[in-house]
Amino acid sequence: MSDVVMTVNGRKVAASVEDRTLLVHFLRENLNLTGTHVGCDTSQCGACVVHVDGKAVKSCTMLAAQASGSTIVTIEGLAEGAELHPVQAAFREHHGLQCGFCTPGMIMAATDMIRRHPEGLDEKTVRHELEGNICRCTGYHNIVKAILAASKAMAAGGEAKAA
Amino acid sequence: MYAVNYHRASSVADAAKRGGGDAKYLSGGMTLLPAMKTRLAAPSDLVDLSRLEELRGVRISGRTVTIGAATTHYEVSTDAGLKSAFPLLCRFASLIGDPAVRYKGTIGGSIANNDPAADYPAALVALGATVVTDKREIAAEDFFTGLFETALDDGEIVTAVRFDIPEKAGWEKFRNPASRYAIVGVFVAKKGDGVRVAVTGAGDDGVFRSKEIEAALAKGLDQKALDGISVPSDGLMGDIHASPEYRANLIAVMAKRAVAQAAG
Repeated sequence: MSDVVMTVNGRKVAASVEDRTLLVHFLRENLNLTGTHVGCDTSQCGACVVHVDGKAVKSCTMLAAQASGSTIVTIEGLAEGAELHPVQAAFREHHGLQCGFCTPGMIMAATDMIRRHPEGLDEKTVRHELEGNICRCTGYHNIVKAILAASKAMAAGGEAKAA
Repeated sequence: MYAVNYHRASSVADAAKRGGGDAKYLSGGMTLLPAMKTRLAAPSDLVDLSRLEELRGVRISGRTVTIGAATTHYEVSTDAGLKSAFPLLCRFASLIGDPAVRYKGTIGGSIANNDPAADYPAALVALGATVVTDKREIAAEDFFTGLFETALDDGEIVTAVRFDIPEKAGWEKFRNPASRYAIVGVFVAKKGDGVRVAVTGAGDDGVFRSKEIEAALAKGLDQKALDGISVPSDGLMGDIHASPEYRANLIAVMAKRAVAQAAG
């Protein structure tokens, strides 16, 4: 067993878990943060993307023990109270989802992408950088639109928020 | 995944003490953890090297580049020194996996696992790189010994990779659209001692040098020298994605594009 301690969405959590526990299972089953999804389980689909120390990673391919000592942000930690994060707001505004299964991962990948490109994004870059997130409804068009809109809104708001 | 004991190493020396036997070293985990999840690998212990600062970073001295084993693909792709000295390697690293994989995956992990479709083995063999471990130095070509096999001894740790920047180089890969792994990737590098062409994704035994393409390019990086070239399909992988013959043809096509890129 491993004793893990980490900060998840601003809250310090500690638990004793089996060493083989994946971060995604720790989040979902120990912390009941079920917004982070398990899609392919083979690190291809991106439904499990969360931020670990400010970087978007696939939580199905990381042990909870590896994340001990880190700061984690999941989809549940993005909004500030009732106010949606600009990327969430843009996904709603542009209907960047169909069934919604890939959406948490898409949004976590998108916030990271926007942070990495303070100079702004174009459609080609967004599509290229979304290569690790699969939408099985094939609803990419509106997802791309939402990310472009969020990138502009965040630049205008001067809040290239790391989230 | 089978049960495993996780240890976070405090130094390379500490890691060396904990290694050996059925233990495996864990870096970014982008190759090893998927292998453990599918039970292709079942180590008794994992010794985590990823937080060891002594294994991180890119150093450039003259024409010689040294990359710490725990340096991530993201760090290589954005390294300011490499961007000016050898931008191809930044582009190369930016094409591995996807953004989330590049944040975690490391050069040392990629080569120590030697997945037959990993990108770095091709680059290191073509560049004539040296793999530095906690015990010795190994020429890249002698390091990769077969499918998921390397020349590493039990408990030996890759600490860095070193190579001289080539006069010219090019890299092209044809990717599986879902996994992003290379179905065929070809790295071409020209140095004083000639042209080396290394292929990943295609060989039954992992990375290999293409004798046919190297012979055709012996006089220099001329795309025309590859017109009509035929690469044998013996020893190439066949799976649901591509037959050996298809891969053989792709090797020629990717090599041509890599040469065009290197020459341009």
